[in-house]
Parts: sequence; C-alpha cells; structure tokens
Amino acid sequence: MTTVESPGAASSVLGAPVLEIRDLSVSFTTEGGTVSAVDRVSLDLAPGEIVGMVGESGCGKSVTAMSIAGLLPSSARISGSVRLRGTELVGTRESVLRRVRGKEIAYIFQEPMTSLNPVLTVGRQIGEVLQVHERMSRPAARARAVELLSLVGIPSASKRVDNYPHQLSGGMRQRVMIAMAVACGPKVLVADEPTTALDVTVQAGILQVLRDLRDRLGTTILIITHDLGVIADVADRVVVMYAGRVVERAQVTDLFAHPLHRYTAGLLSASPTPGKHAGTARLQEIPGLVPVLSSQPDACTFADRCPAADSQCRESAPPLEVVGTGGALAAKDHLAACWHPCPAPRTQPQETDL
Amino acid sequence: MTPQPNALELEDLVMHFGPVRAVDGVSLAIPKGRVTALVGESGSGKSTVGRCVVRLVEPTAGVVRIGGTDVTHLSRRQLRRHRSEVSIVFQDPAGSLDPRMLVGDVVAEPLRLSGERISRRDREARVATELGRVGLRAEVARRYPHELSGGQRQRVSIARALISEPTLLIADEPTSALDVSVQASVLNLLADLQRDIGFACLFITHDLSAVEYLADEIAVMYLGQLVETGSREQIFTRPAHPYTQALLAAAPVADPVRQRQRQPVLLGDDLPSALDPPSGCRFRTRCPLAFDRCATEVPAQVEVGGGKAACHLVQPDGTRPDVRTADNSEVLS
Repeated sequence: MTTVESPGAASSVLGAPVLEIRDLSVSFTTEGGTVSAVDRVSLDLAPGEIVGMVGESGCGKSVTAMSIAGLLPSSARISGSVRLRGTELVGTRESVLRRVRGKEIAYIFQEPMTSLNPVLTVGRQIGEVLQVHERMSRPAARARAVELLSLVGIPSASKRVDNYPHQLSGGMRQRVMIAMAVACGPKVLVADEPTTALDVTVQAGILQVLRDLRDRLGTTILIITHDLGVIADVADRVVVMYAGRVVERAQVTDLFAHPLHRYTAGLLSASPTPGKHAGTARLQEIPGLVPVLSSQPDACTFADRCPAADSQCRESAPPLEVVGTGGALAAKDHLAACWHPCPAPRTQPQETDL
Repeated sequence: MTPQPNALELEDLVMHFGPVRAVDGVSLAIPKGRVTALVGESGSGKSTVGRCVVRLVEPTAGVVRIGGTDVTHLSRRQLRRHRSEVSIVFQDPAGSLDPRMLVGDVVAEPLRLSGERISRRDREARVATELGRVGLRAEVARRYPHELSGGQRQRVSIARALISEPTLLIADEPTSALDVSVQASVLNLLADLQRDIGFACLFITHDLSAVEYLADEIAVMYLGQLVETGSREQIFTRPAHPYTQALLAAAPVADPVRQRQRQPVLLGDDLPSALDPPSGCRFRTRCPLAFDRCATEVPAQVEVGGGKAACHLVQPDGTRPDVRTADNSEVLS
C-alpha cells in the first residue's frame, strides 16, 4: 500500500517546516508479544504553527510525540525519519539528542507535580536549564527565571521564584513547567495532554499561555489531547490518529465543518457540547474498542467499528490522501485515509456559492 | 394528601476533616425519580457530599434524609436496612472492583450484604438480568474485572449499584476516567436506565457538558458551598452566579468557529485553601466582579429565575451580573 504525502503538508505561507516527520513507525516488544504503536506517520510542522493531535488512549499520539526527541525506552523499535530543520534525529547519538532536547525541542506533560523536583525551588529548577544549556551564571539564571515566570502569567513572579512545587496550585505548576520548557527558546514545544489534569477554569489560562508563546516568540507547538474542545480552541491544523495511523489531517475549521473519516465524525458526535444536543438527544456511540495491534494489517483498522465498512476496507488499507465526497472535493490540504468518507454536510453556506 | 418525600434531602450538611472545611453548609433536595447534577472543580467538596450521603464518612453536622428518613443518626445496624435504598458508582472502576472476585460475585455482593435469603439459582438469575440491563452478556459473570475493558468495568459497577433496586443512585464522576466514545455509551446507558427504572440520581461531575443529557437540576459547588442551583435550562442559558458563568465560558466547545468567537473569562489559578476560606463570598478572590461588600458579607441565597444563587450582584427581580463584562487584563498579567 502507499501513503500519499501531499507537498505543502504544512501551510506553505509559513515557510519551510521546522520539523519533518516521515514514515515514522514504532513498535515495542512486550511480554505479550510485539505491539505496533505507530504506523508510518508523516507530518510537517511549520514555524509558528499550532498543530493538534487528537485520538483516544492507545491511538499512538504520545508515542509519536515521545519518539520525536528520542524519549522512548530502548525496547522501542523506531523506523522512519524525524528531521529538525534538516537534521536527522532518528538513530542519532544520545549526546546530540541531549543538546536538542530542551534547547530545540521541549516537552510538557500532563502531570506537572511528578515532573517537578519537590525539593528544589521552582527558580532553581528553571535556572538549572539555563545554567546547563546557556551556561548562565546562577544569579543571571535566577533573574531570567523571574522573567520567564511572568511570561507564563504567574503573578508576583519575584516571590514565586522561591516557592517549592507543593506551594503552588496545579495550574501554577503547569505554568512553571511551561516556563522551564521555553527557557532556552526552543523552536518546537510538544505539549502532551497539558491540561487534562486541570480544571476547566485553569485550563483556559494555560491554553492562553500557549497561544501567547506562539504569538510572541513564534514557537511551533504540537499539542496532544483527547479533547476536541481544546483542539477547537487553539489548533491551526489537526491530525487525527487511530490505532497508530494518521487517519485524517486538515485545517481546524475544515475538520470540524466536514470530518471525512468516520472515526473523526464519530469522535465529534460522541463529544458532549453544551447547547448542541440540548436535552432529549442521545450522544452518538462508537461501538467497540481501539484495537491493540501486533502488526499493521493491509486493511483499515477502524473497519470493525465503522458503520460504512465493506470488503474493500477489510482487504486494503486506505491511503492518506485528498478524497472526493460525491461531487464536492475537500480542501487540497484536507486528507483522509478512508475508502468511504463521510458525505459533505448539507448546510455549508460557503460552498453553495457556485 | 401528603406530599411525597424527596428521594434525598440534605439540610445544612457540614463535613470537616480536622481543620479542612470540605463541605460547609450544603442544602439540597432531589425529588423522587429526578436527576440532580452536582458540579464543581477539584477541591470543591462535591465528592465528599456523595460520601456523606452513603455514610462512607460521618458528617460533622447537618441532616441527610433518604426517602424522608433521617439516616444521619442511624446506627450501623439500622443503616443496613437503608443501604439497599442508596447505591454509589465511583469514577475509577478498576479501583472500586475487587480484583480477586469474579464479576458475578461483585454484582451479587449487595444482595449478600442485605441479609436477604436468596437461593443460589435466584441470585445467579438476578445477576444475569442485571448484567443484561447494562448491556453485558451473562457469561461476563464468570470473568475477573481485569479481563474487561474500562467501559465494561464501569458497566459492572453500575450493575452492582442497581441490583438492590435503589431509589437513589450516587454517581461520582462515573465517566471521567473513560475515553470519549466509551464515555458516550456509559452516559447513554445511565440515562436509559434512569428513565426506565426511575431512580433518583445525584450525578457528581466536574464536567458541565456531560450533564446536559442527564440532569433535571444542576447545583454548582465552590469551596464547600453551593453557589447556584437551578433547572438545567436555567443554568445553561441564564446562569446567574459569576462562577457558573465562568465555568460555562471556560469549557471549550468542539467547534472552532464558535469557540474562537467566545469571549474568554479567565479566573486566577488559585483555588483558595479550604483550611482558611476567604471571608464573605468564597469566590471573591477569583471573581472578576468582586467589590468591597463581597469581603465583608456572606451573600445569601437569592431566588432568581426559579433557581437560587448566592451573590451580592444577583437580585430577586432577575438582575444578574455578567462576568464577561469584567476587565480581565490584570489576571492575564
């Protein structure tokens, strides 16, 4: 089978991609046998772009993210290519990767408490990054830490810099993690479920900080989430993953206005949205579970849960490509891996204009 | 004709853990067969309310009435008779199901505990019926919880909760640990069962969007107290309390066009400590509309649009504040 990769995967207006992922595959050897977690994922990130990666647990989102800067355990078998501004990262020496991490590519994770050192003040932890990567003196690093804390919206940063992690709320800790991640001005920030452990009122503030970083510093952000509301809020483009494969990729408005892949459509109608279904209507269900695959079959892996699946879906894997849906062709940067994509919704005011 | 007793009544419920004032004067009534959602963020005390109702913790003060009977002061033995009246489903089915028990025994356990004499065959039949009701095959009874998926395990918890035919179900974040598609099926199941069986339900959640399908009434909790109660429609369309408004505004909608037109309401990050809650209105430290009176005077519950809200800016004539008009600039720094 083929994976059709469109040129201009990242919007060409934004310039050459910062990060190019090509045919990235990851599998693990476990006690229960081989598990194929990521299957030939290709994705470009343009400078200053926020790309959302969405899917349920077990879809390979986090494994994809971790493999970018070599954060996976040695049991992972990785193939394909990840290039950071032209430099290949897959299979690169650990000493090179160590310089890349933090300085070029930074990560934030779901649980800020376990990512922070409980016995060091936040100022020391942020300062350490600067002392190591930027060879700053301790006083200079501390001064910069205060600046970073105010950049991420922490009030009275000059006092908070001496706090220990336990003295901060969950939202504040996540802001500290972001401050630490952007300390060396990375080109790419990978945010893996950064707001999942937080309350909604706190989440709104964290998403605002991420948007600010992009606007002020031009940071490219890959945000991984299971929450379509978060995607709708911050992402410019969206990648939908299912069972290790990219099943759909589009500009955010195109994806929500007209999901092509049946899994995307299912996710959208299964998500409760205030005011959307008011009262009587039921949530749409997707029957079955995300499969755990030992190898990637030449078939659509969503077929068993899909209302539109037929023998073609079970016999050959659909390529990720621009698909026509009975007349209306999707936007040229809207790709889906589906033999029977969803028909266009009836009410689309922009497209009736012939 | 005497009015029917409510399925659940809480009167000035207080639960202090040492100096921590987790629940501080909550009054609430759920009529028979109705669903009330108790919504709040982490640390609001919403789960503690649920735990007080089933007396997993002993309330410090106040009264819990189930079906009109005060259960707050019943002895453990007297309580046993009332146990079958109320059941609870927890967030994490992996943690709330005994991994060493077969699913059939897990589901049948409330029958055993009720002391009811029942033959093995009858018990197995009831377990099979109950599993069928939650959409599981009868042979699941001979499996262990770890052999099931998260969604299936939560169905087992629901079967266990309903086998004693309770008049009141406490559902404490029953879908929060589940993936979106599975969450939808469990929410649909709970809605169907509630409609068919007609039990009353206290649905505890942090997620306002999840309750729009289920709840008749919504009660919003902040730092141990209720700040607003009202019908589902009222809360979603005309929320009165600034905190309710902020919660609704903060939950992103899965529609990029709508979401980006919405005006963000940013509260500060810090939920104040329940050890030393703010004076006056507890929400004032994060409220963009707070003024002098909020620090000195505890706002009373004011009737508004058929519901109640505890805010100095809410008037009985329907006047309500709008948190979106507040200047958020200093919160953003």
